This record gives sequence, C-alpha cells and structure tokens, in this order.
Amino acid sequence: MSADAVQTGLGTAGSDAAACAPETASSIEPLIEHQSLEADIACAGFGPAMGGFLTTLSRAWTENPADPAFESRVAPGMPLQVLCYERADDIGAGVSGVVTRAEGIRASFPKLNPDEIPMAAEVRRERVLYLLDPVGASRRSSLLRCGDALLRGAGRLVGLKDHALELPWTPAFLHKQGGLVMSIGQFNQWVGAQLMGAGLVQIWPGTPVSAPIFAEPPVMTVNGGKRRCGVRGLRLADQGVDRFGAPAEGFMAGMDVHARLTVVGDGPVGAVGQALDEKLGLPLGHARREWGLGMKMVIELPPDSSNPHQLDQNTLAADGVPKGGGKDERLLPGTVWHTFGYPEPEIFGFLYVHPNRLVSVGIFVPSWMGNPARTAYRYLQHYIQHPALWKHLKDGTLRSWGAKSLDESGRRGEPFLVGDGFARIGEGSGSTNMLTGSGVDEAWTTGTQLGEAVLELLRAGRPFTEENLAATYEARRRASRVERGSRQAEHARDGFHHGFVRGLMGMALAGLSGGKLSLDAHIPPAAEQIRPLPPQMKGLKLKKAVTAAMEDGRPLHDALMSARGWPEIPFDGRLLVTHQDALLMGGKVQAMAGFADHVVFHNRGLCIGCEVKTCAAMCSGQAITVGTDGMPAFEREKCVHCGACLWNCAQSADGVHGNIEFRAGSGGLHSAEN
Amino acid sequence: MSNPLHIVVCAGIVPDPLQTLEPVSGPHGPGLKNEMVLPAVLDPWAASALYEAAHLAAKHPGSKVWLVALGPKAKLQQVMMTVAQKAGFELVPVDGPIGGFPDAHSTAAVLAETISAIAGLDKTRLLLFGGWESASRGAGITLQLIGEILGITDQFQGVDRIDMRADCSFEVLERVEGGMHQESVCAGLPAVLGWATGTLAEPRNNPQTGMSNMRTILPALQKARPVALSGDSLRYVAVSLPRQQRATRVVKDMSPDEIARELVEWMGAE
Repeated sequence: MSADAVQTGLGTAGSDAAACAPETASSIEPLIEHQSLEADIACAGFGPAMGGFLTTLSRAWTENPADPAFESRVAPGMPLQVLCYERADDIGAGVSGVVTRAEGIRASFPKLNPDEIPMAAEVRRERVLYLLDPVGASRRSSLLRCGDALLRGAGRLVGLKDHALELPWTPAFLHKQGGLVMSIGQFNQWVGAQLMGAGLVQIWPGTPVSAPIFAEPPVMTVNGGKRRCGVRGLRLADQGVDRFGAPAEGFMAGMDVHARLTVVGDGPVGAVGQALDEKLGLPLGHARREWGLGMKMVIELPPDSSNPHQLDQNTLAADGVPKGGGKDERLLPGTVWHTFGYPEPEIFGFLYVHPNRLVSVGIFVPSWMGNPARTAYRYLQHYIQHPALWKHLKDGTLRSWGAKSLDESGRRGEPFLVGDGFARIGEGSGSTNMLTGSGVDEAWTTGTQLGEAVLELLRAGRPFTEENLAATYEARRRASRVERGSRQAEHARDGFHHGFVRGLMGMALAGLSGGKLSLDAHIPPAAEQIRPLPPQMKGLKLKKAVTAAMEDGRPLHDALMSARGWPEIPFDGRLLVTHQDALLMGGKVQAMAGFADHVVFHNRGLCIGCEVKTCAAMCSGQAITVGTDGMPAFEREKCVHCGACLWNCAQSADGVHGNIEFRAGSGGLHSAEN
Repeated sequence: MSNPLHIVVCAGIVPDPLQTLEPVSGPHGPGLKNEMVLPAVLDPWAASALYEAAHLAAKHPGSKVWLVALGPKAKLQQVMMTVAQKAGFELVPVDGPIGGFPDAHSTAAVLAETISAIAGLDKTRLLLFGGWESASRGAGITLQLIGEILGITDQFQGVDRIDMRADCSFEVLERVEGGMHQESVCAGLPAVLGWATGTLAEPRNNPQTGMSNMRTILPALQKARPVALSGDSLRYVAVSLPRQQRATRVVKDMSPDEIARELVEWMGAE
C-alpha cells in the first residue's frame, strides 16, 4: 500500500492526515465527561467479517486457554478482554439473504452442516435469466428494445418463456456451486451463539459506536514523511439525548472503550469507518463512488402439492439432479436464480430457495442507474410480479423484508486497512467482489485473516502497530484470493456508466479474461450520478404525477413511476402490501428511545431547493418524507439503517460531502428471517 | 436506615413480540413455528419487575438482586447480552425448554426449587418479583404458584409501585378494575409482587454494568441446571393466535366523529 499517498473520495481528509490531534468525532462536546473502560480488543459491528475474526480468535483460545498470549493486559489473571459492540438490537438482525461460495466459511468450519443453520442449504442449481419487460414501462434503450423485439419474434425457438430467456450456461465467474444459500440473520445468530458460548468474546447488541478515539500525537506513525493517525479505542453513542443529540432526561455520555487494538467492521455506512475515512482519507486513486441498494423479501411459498413448483425431494435423482433432465424451474432448496433486464435494465435480481418453502427474492438498485425516482420497494413489487417469478410466488406470503446499502466500489473503495492500533475488515474495507457478486465470504475471510494476524502478534509479543499489522494482516490479505478476486473485479462494471449493453459487455470481458480486459469509464461521485429530472418530467407528466401524489397522499417518486407507465400494485394484503405495511409485516423496526436522530440534513436551503429528492425516493423504510415546504423530514422509528440516504443526496455545500450525514444510531430492522 | 433486601426476579424469555408468530403442533405438543430461531427478549412484564428490583435495591444498600430465568441456555445467553447492560443482578439460569406451553405448575415447581437452592438467600428479607402476566404464559399464575410452593402468603398482582418503610413493611399499589389502583400496606417480608408496568422507564444500556454482570453470568450459564418439564398434566385441545385484521385505507377530510362512528360499527361487527 502506498501509505503516504493520500487522496480521498470524501475530499479534504488527505491534507489533514498530517494534522492529527487527539479527538473523536464528537470532540465538539469538550465539556461532557465520558466514562471509560479498558479492554484488550474493541470491535465495532458484528457481521460476517467480525464473525470470522472473533471465531478465529475464540477457537485458538478454546484450544489452549493456558496460552500466555491470551492473558489480558487490562485485567491481569483474566483472558483477553474482547468486546464487540453492535448497533442492532440483536446479533441476528442482519439484513440479507445470500448465496455464497462459502470457501472461507467452510475453511473455518470444515465440518459445516448446513442443517445446523436455519434457512441454510447447499447450492444445487443455478439459472441466469434475462427478463424482458412485460408491462412496457421499463426505461430501455433503442438497442435493447430491438434486441427484445428479436427475442420475442424468435419466441420459443430460442427458449423464450414467461417473458424470460434462460442463458444456456451460467458464466463461471457467477457460479456458486458448492456454496450455500443462507440467511445472514440466522448465520450471524449461529456464529454469535457459538462465540458467546465459548466465553472469550462479549458481543453487546443495542450499543452503537459513534466514533473511533484517535491516538494522542506521540503515538502517531511516520510513513514517508506523512503521519497517519492511530486509534486507541471506540466511543459509544450518547444515550438520554433528544433527537438533536442534546442531553435530556437520563443523559448518559457515550462511554470510551480504550483498547490496544480496535477492529473496525461496521460496514460501508458505519460511523467508525466513515470517521476513519474522513480523518485519514483514502489511498491515492481510491474513492467510494459506486453503491447499490439491495432490497429483498423473504416469501413463504404455499404448501400446495398441486403446485408443480413446490419442494419435492422425491422427484430428485440420487445425485440431486431433477429426474427427467431438461430445464427445471422448480424451487428446490438450494436453487439460485440470477436475473437481469427487469424491472429496469440496470436492476439485477435474485431468487434463492431456502429449506421449508422459504425463498429470498430481491433486487439491487445501483447508483449508476441515475434515475432520481429509483424507489426500490416499488421496483421490487414489479419484479416479483414478472411472469417468470410470479407463477411461483403469487400464492406466497411475505414473511420478512429488508434492505441494505452495498459498497460496490470494491477494491477501488478500499481504505487504509491498518494503522497504529486499528485494522479494518469486511465490506467497509473494500472486500466485496462486484464481478462475482459476492461479499459475505470475502468479508468473513478478511476477518479470519486479521484473526490469524492478531494471534501471530500476540504470540510474538509484538504490539499492534501499523507496521506489524501491515506485515501480518495486510500481507495475508494481499496474498489471498480476496485480493486476486478484487483486482479482477476492479473495472468489471465500469461499462455500466455508458449504458446497460456496454456494461454487460464489460462485465463479460472482465469475467472471461480474469480481469485483464474491461471497458473503462470515468466514474463520477455518487451524487453526480443522480440525473436531473428529464424535461418532459418537469412539464406535463411531472405536474400530473404531483397532482396524483397530492390526491392519493402518496410519495412523489411513487407517483412519478405511475406517471411513467408502471401499473398500480394490486395489493392483496399478503404478499403485495404497501410499503408501510411491509414495515410491520416483514421485518420490524426498532428505535430505542434516548438516542439522537442518526440521519441529519445539514443545509436546509439545499434540501428545500433540491429538485430530485432522491433521498426520499430511495429511503427503504419511508423514514424520509418531504414536507409541504420541501424540506425532508426523518423518522427514526421507521429507519431500517440501510444507509441509502448517505449516497442518494444530490446536494453538497462544499462540493465534497453530501448534505446528508448518516451517524451512529441504535436499532434498525429486527427480523430473524433476513 | 438501611434494610438490605433479597430480591428474586423470575423472568422468562419470549419471542420478540414484534415478530410474526405462528402456532404449530409437534410431537411434544403445541409450539411456535421456528421459535428457537426467532429473536427473543426478556418477557416485557418481568423486565419491568427487574428494573423495579434494581431501582429498589439501589435505594437499600446491601441489597441483592437475583434473576431466575428458565429457557434454553444458548437463548438465555443471547438475551442476557442486552439485559445485562440495563441493571445489576446475579443470574440463576435453568436450562429448560422455550415457549409458553409447558404446564405452569411444572414450571413453578422447577423455579421454586431453584430459588430455594440459591446460596445465601435470606427468606426473611425476600421479595419475589415477576410479571403479573406473561407475553407467552397468558395464564398469569406461575408467580403465584411459586409463592405458594415457597410458603409466601402475602401476594400482590398488577403492581405499579412499592414503597418500603424503615421497618420492612411496605405500601404497594395494585391495579384493580376500572383503571384504579388499590393501595395496601403489608406488615413485612417475604412477599410476592407480580408487576404490571411499574413507573420506571427502560434503563439505558450501560456497558460497565454489562461488563460487571458478565463476570458472573457466563460462569452461571455454563453451570446451568438442565431440567425437563413434565407435560403429562396438561393437554391442549387447540391453539390459535388472536385473529388479526389489517385494513389500510387512505381517507382524507374525514371528521373525527365519522372516524369514531366507523370504528364503533367495525367493532360491533366483530
């Protein structure tokens, strides 16, 4: 890593790297006294990466509790004090159904039996479907429309069925054979239960971390003439405050947790990771400009035996392949569908089949889609109604629902992985591979790599300095398949910034050439990827949509989609439900009292003057609504902490930072089936 | 004047009430679908009792709070990571089945036996706390039965407040019909108090309290006594959830009177 070359997607931090004063992000409150406690290792966020890190550490301790390396420095005579703080009210409140090759996970659990993890199944069959637009509202280019017309003309001759074309093979880079279909919520619970049962690690849910505690100047590292701040712990979020963060009844200043090593795994929109990026900047040439919102439903299929698409293990041959051969559309556990082309060309979709008639169905709405009215929930409802999916899902019941921001910059968004007293793992460390569409196993692997590095340093009695962490953790990572994969994927999706067809070509080039070939593109900051409303929308259609919105009491972006020709959703109260009902039916939102609003709009004038208000359109929980004065309002009680508002703000006061800040907050979606 | 109290709080764990629950029948009787994988919380009524207990103990130096909880060990551990940050207590876990369907008599017998075995517990200073209802055990009799087995005759249910006096007598407010409270004075300990919501807000998560509790919680969980509750004495004929109806409409310019009238008609039709 070029440690001295600092530039940032956030802008100014690089020049600040030399000016490291002891502070936290909340050092604007110098008069408030923060209690402190001492730990050996403090961790922010509990997801797959932290699961990998803590599992590696915990397992080594279990194998040899007498190992002197595990003796705590802050509690003599006790084992290492390892504290992990998680914002969500439960460690199983993750939001993602995933399919993963699970190479890293299986390496940690060689005897892994998917039956032990609720909702987990071995991947058995994969399909890739190109979905045509059956309703005529999709924003397709002329080229794509021509292609669609040709396909329709050829019809069944080319295998077109239910407005969908199944690719004859699944490209190798997309394959997940040998992997697992999982619920991240259940996987996290499973991992967490084992960790806490072992006794070394304490995982504290419902405890958001507001910021890292930066080291005092004397501990700073010298790197090629530039100094990079170290970290000496975590500051927890204040409690007993009003929505603006001012002390109120029962005020309790966030505690400072001092530690020799701070492990940052709070994801792509986590407060600690953001503060580090702001302070340290990103390595030269790196920037976080590509994002996506993943939104999905967990649907229970009906137990109707007359439905040919239900689970029926008796129709499988001994090798697990369906009897009779041919194209098999049944939704057997472990079935994976990848889709593209609908509801908009830019929106990729998926369907994963879990045991017990549960399926995860969802879409990814990328930042490069550009359309400011890119409301994911409405698109998801149209997606599941596509004929190729709907024939399986139409009698199902919504069991759960959720959303999450994905850092799709991959390696290009990789921050400084280590510094004095800290290391970064998981998605927030740029580990997601956007070519293979894989992030969980990569995140887990980065956690295990750090775990192995920490064990090496503990046993050698070496401190957690930047140099030592670079020589152990970062070196492991650079030599691993995570690094190789991320390099192959680095430019794989650039072509999408020049259109859907070029994007597919670029992805195929990168995938088939192992990343050697790709279509390059200039990628603007996420805010600049939001296109202004097209002129026709500003005229008659916009007026019509606004009128409809006012009459129906529904959001502008929803009305805009209707104005563009998307059919109204035929609500059935079971699977097709309003956005607000989804908040209650599938995935329940928790917002513990006494915490401040974690979504903050900085410049009121900018918000009021914003034409597109994509923050409201992309808000997964409808927690951001626009008032009559044009000012967005935030309701913490509806926020699922997806973080989409962070990268869906088209306004900036300084040309660098968006006008919306996404801070540390408590609660979020609380559903075990995600 | 200090009167150290020994407060035992009986608190089970229940599926987070915000989850979608679905009853199912299994080989061992009724249960909830996927109950072991649903997020669990401390029974909300009993949680009020715990917070009141901690508050009371803080006012009486030298007091001690035990939390007696029956449930699967792994699930108890998960819930304790949240509860332990809110109040100081010593956990007395019993590794048993989850769910609200076991016979309340069997449950009470196990809990009473567990309480009797607590080392250092002075029954002359005992306040037995719990919820007057349960989010899973709707019969609301478990706490009373525990009190009876332990021979505690002074029992109060639907408690919202207790004021201890210097001589260990106390005043207690119980909920009674009509939205009223009944005020009683009890001459002394021991006593059983089944709490309603009490008057305290949910305490903030305090990491130091959590760390302090965890020093005893993890060892206690590792030594949790496994029990099997007898299911012979109880047979369920049918199990169902209360019927829910969701009818969302967007209606503008409707007067409050019209809304009230429609609601009354709807309730009448039900």
